[in-house]
Amino acid sequence: MSSHHESSSAHPSLAARLEKEGEVSVADCYQCGKCTAGCPAAEEMDVAPSQVLRLLQTETPKHEDRALKSLSIWMCIGCETCVTRCPQEVDLPRAMDFLRQEALARNVANQDADDVVAFHKAFLNSVERAGRLFELGMVGEYKLRTGHFFKDMGIAPTMFFKGKLGLFPHGGANKREVADIFARARAVKKESKV
Amino acid sequence: MTDVRVGYYPGCSLQGSSRDFAESLHAVAKALSIDLVEIPEWNCCGASSGHMLDHLLSVALPVNVLLKAKKAGLPQVMAPCAACYNRLATASHEIATSPATKAQVESVLQTSIDKLPRVLNVIELLAQVSERIAPKVTKKFEQTVACYYGCLLVRPAKVTGFDRTEDPVEMDKLVAAVGGKTIDWNFKTECCGASFSISRSSVVGRLGARIMQDAVKRQAEAIVVACPMCHSNLDLRRGEINQQLEHKTDIPVLFITQVIGLALGLPKKKLGLGRHFVPVKFPPRPLAPPAVQ
Amino acid sequence: MSRIGVFICHCGENIAGTVDVAAVTKAALDMPGVVHAVDYKYMCSDPGQTMLKDAIVEKKLDGVVVAACSPRMHEPTFRRTAEEGGINPYQCEMANIREHCSWVHEKGAATTAKAIDLVRFQVEKVKRDHPLVPIRVPITKKALVLGGGIAGIQAALDIANAGSPVLLVEKSPSIGGHMSQLSETFPTLDCSQCILTPRMVEVARHPLITLYTYSELEKLDGFIGNFKATIRKKARKIDEKLCNGCGVCQQKCPVKKIPDEFNEGLSNRAAIYVPFPQAVPNKPVIDLANCTYYKTGKCKACEKLCPTKAIRFDQEDQIEVHDVGAVVLATGFKTMPVNNFSEYGYGKYKDVIDGMKFERLASASGPTGGAMKRPSDGKTPQHVVFIACAGSRDRLKGVPYCSKICCMYTAKHAMLYQHKVHGGQATVFYMDVRAAGKNYDEFVRRAVEEDGVKYVRGRVSRVYEDDGQLVVKGVDTLLGAEPVEIRADMVVLATAVQAQNDAEELAQTLHVAYDPYKFFAEAHPKLRPVETNTAGIFLAGACQAPRDIPETVAQASGAAVKVAGLFSQPELTREPIIAVVDRQPPPVFSHCVGCFLCKAACPYQAIEEEQIKNRNGDVLKVVARVNPGLCQGCGTCVSTCRTKAIDLQGFSNEQVFAELMSI
Repeated sequence: MSSHHESSSAHPSLAARLEKEGEVSVADCYQCGKCTAGCPAAEEMDVAPSQVLRLLQTETPKHEDRALKSLSIWMCIGCETCVTRCPQEVDLPRAMDFLRQEALARNVANQDADDVVAFHKAFLNSVERAGRLFELGMVGEYKLRTGHFFKDMGIAPTMFFKGKLGLFPHGGANKREVADIFARARAVKKESKV
Repeated sequence: MTDVRVGYYPGCSLQGSSRDFAESLHAVAKALSIDLVEIPEWNCCGASSGHMLDHLLSVALPVNVLLKAKKAGLPQVMAPCAACYNRLATASHEIATSPATKAQVESVLQTSIDKLPRVLNVIELLAQVSERIAPKVTKKFEQTVACYYGCLLVRPAKVTGFDRTEDPVEMDKLVAAVGGKTIDWNFKTECCGASFSISRSSVVGRLGARIMQDAVKRQAEAIVVACPMCHSNLDLRRGEINQQLEHKTDIPVLFITQVIGLALGLPKKKLGLGRHFVPVKFPPRPLAPPAVQ
Repeated sequence: MSRIGVFICHCGENIAGTVDVAAVTKAALDMPGVVHAVDYKYMCSDPGQTMLKDAIVEKKLDGVVVAACSPRMHEPTFRRTAEEGGINPYQCEMANIREHCSWVHEKGAATTAKAIDLVRFQVEKVKRDHPLVPIRVPITKKALVLGGGIAGIQAALDIANAGSPVLLVEKSPSIGGHMSQLSETFPTLDCSQCILTPRMVEVARHPLITLYTYSELEKLDGFIGNFKATIRKKARKIDEKLCNGCGVCQQKCPVKKIPDEFNEGLSNRAAIYVPFPQAVPNKPVIDLANCTYYKTGKCKACEKLCPTKAIRFDQEDQIEVHDVGAVVLATGFKTMPVNNFSEYGYGKYKDVIDGMKFERLASASGPTGGAMKRPSDGKTPQHVVFIACAGSRDRLKGVPYCSKICCMYTAKHAMLYQHKVHGGQATVFYMDVRAAGKNYDEFVRRAVEEDGVKYVRGRVSRVYEDDGQLVVKGVDTLLGAEPVEIRADMVVLATAVQAQNDAEELAQTLHVAYDPYKFFAEAHPKLRPVETNTAGIFLAGACQAPRDIPETVAQASGAAVKVAGLFSQPELTREPIIAVVDRQPPPVFSHCVGCFLCKAACPYQAIEEEQIKNRNGDVLKVVARVNPGLCQGCGTCVSTCRTKAIDLQGFSNEQVFAELMSI
């Protein structure tokens, strides 16, 4: 399972970090491409899923950078089809999560994925505020972040009349507690990086 | 009939866009003497956004829910939403298999984590009481349907424990138990686009179109799902889907709980059937020729 | 008082470059009992050996320590030399100061000190050595060959042609194995049956080969040269002497819809059947599970119509016990069931088949007479996709190893398809092409360059049926991992090679080691590839690892030579390094109390129970006895013995303790 990771710089390679932090060994991938062959989002991607792993296998900053800046990492839906069929049991969805988080931390996320990033951020912000997701509030923030004001305006009234669109956030969660979880998660991550 | 008591984690969407799922679930649970005990002060599991942006949160939020269930004395927790179910089950699996993650989550939640409650999806819960269903059927559900499992209910197998990940049959069995006929088709577990519903509805349209096309071609009169995301992507996003299809389709998308509720003779209103975008109606018998081909 | 000589080898620079050999020599001279010590550049050279021999005579030595390389390399050399010098060869010991010292440590005082300690060990040991005599055992010069595929056939013929009788045991009704099912063989495309059937006939006619088809080995007792094999001859329900193989029975049998194993279920057979036309022996067998008479008590159509009255419904299994001197394991392989690869739709779609089914479709003796017709509707497939590594190199759902033969047979299949269907297209999805045999890579290139087979590098993720075609979703990794979708008429899976289902059970019956995948283990992966770790049991073919036909045949001949070599000796001599249970004068008889913990612990079944009787035949005591033919000298029994009644000759407790006490 374990691989021997080397890196030209003083910093550990993404592959080495992924193995340590995410328990995914990119060295296990032998580039058969079965993940790409079954990926429902492959058409939307600029770098095929198996090639994303290839970019990490070289352990060179140039290739790592390409992986982090790719649109692909944001187009992954997280459907887990790839890992279900991977003959080497490489947890590619977990690797994608890792790359997304690293891309945001380095502020190099692909601009074509701004809307996707905005959605996820809006989602988590809503949860951090209320403990639970407030769908309308989340969509509002998403629209502010992306400027997609008129998108989906067509379905909104129907949703409202069908009782599918709540106008107020839900009570019931322990807001304080959830906010604390978010805060401590930030602190724990900061600590582990030092 | 003794009550089956099970912890209940509604998840955010059942309070909002998937109210129909919640309504039909409660109606069916009542009819089958299942006591759904809502976990007090439950919080959001983080869903797809959690694991995409913050791995630690994506484990800590669900574990917090499970700890609350445990505190409330609930050994089993049922999450009807497939995404919630997947996050709860995945978090539980990670706590069991990764000591490093466990330690981090313990310091975030400031508590030690011991054995967590078992996580169930709605199919597993209904399978547990399946022998109660058939005797209560008042009106057989005599439709031909495509059971659509999607991703998060079945994958990855090591987390969900589905032994036929590529060709699950558990939902098909439930439909058969209430008199329905299910088709053998190709897109049972192909992804619908999930959380891209809002940010990339074009992707949802493309993926949904493949799914609907195959189901319609094999003469399904409805799609049956057990996931709010699958439902809204195939129902709410039917417009985007039909844009991609040569032959538009108007077959409805039902939650498995609605199918069972109909067979148990529960009123349509209690099953939330009026909340669908694509109206729930079935072709008159005998069957019309297939829409596509 | 002992007179020990110590000889320290430089091994060129191998030892002397790291160890101060002069210091070792000097230290040796100070060891109690040592009367002579000398170092020399190469002890194993002719002058070195002469030096040892001369010293034994001149210094009147009664024990010798050679400090040099591993005893695995040169112990036989120096023991022979010592014997020539006039002492018992088992009073010559080796101190391994190369592999255990100079090769694994840096140059320095500590390394030299370790070398001195290693010498001291052996000096203490050799002082306590007793003269030992090699064990002699007689040999039964008859071989048992298990498995009647090409490996067993070849081994049996080679042994018999070398002049020894052979019992060839095959569990199915005919010999021939997988090779009889194959269409053509790579890399020459000669017809498999055409080259195999003459060998099958030769086996049947050979005066020294006794064929036991439809038979299984129940038990194997004994040891090298002296095995006792218990063979179960399952009842065919036929008198083989009367049956003339006319075939009337299988034509008239009313049960006709049983999937034919030989044709991999692509055709049907009757309940009484000969597996295939060239079967050896050409005698039918009644399939008890499907025969109407055995199910309902009525029918007997075959009995009524048999012209030679050969049907025997009351025939029972027969048990035979034979003495044999050697065993060749040639039980072959199975292909991995691929039902768990539901993403490929095997079992769900009739036109997704495995390689063995394709062999039958392509074979002139197969259900289609060699015409390329797909199973679902008999149409000629216009596009066939071959998926390599369906189960191989897949640690998730298959096996992690490479099955070795699939690259070649897939190339052959694709080529045969192109030859049979003009205008058709074969596409192969592969990860690597492993074609490292004589004329193998040329064969694969021929498929691509001359026959137009398309090779796509990448795995297939899913196969599903749509409008009567199979949609194959793969990827072309040589195009930067571009998804590929092919609509094919038939899909062929190159399934993994696995050990037989009963391999583990058989290995345990024979006390042969096996690997995690239940393939039988060879004694040494390089230097003893056809021997097992159990003396007298040899390996041939795919029961050891995935193998193709040429390798199988070569290995079978190799195993046969080992058997013939064994049988060429008048008797067996074995190293006397074996355990012995002590014997004491009456009334104790032995320190052994008969608890037989040793018997349970012995991995070689070498411990027997011995009754000590008085003159009247009354049993006075039951004690353990070590069978010198079976004991391998591992010492497990010694460490389990509570009363210290067992000791290992040449490695006694006393010797080992003395070695340890010396430092």
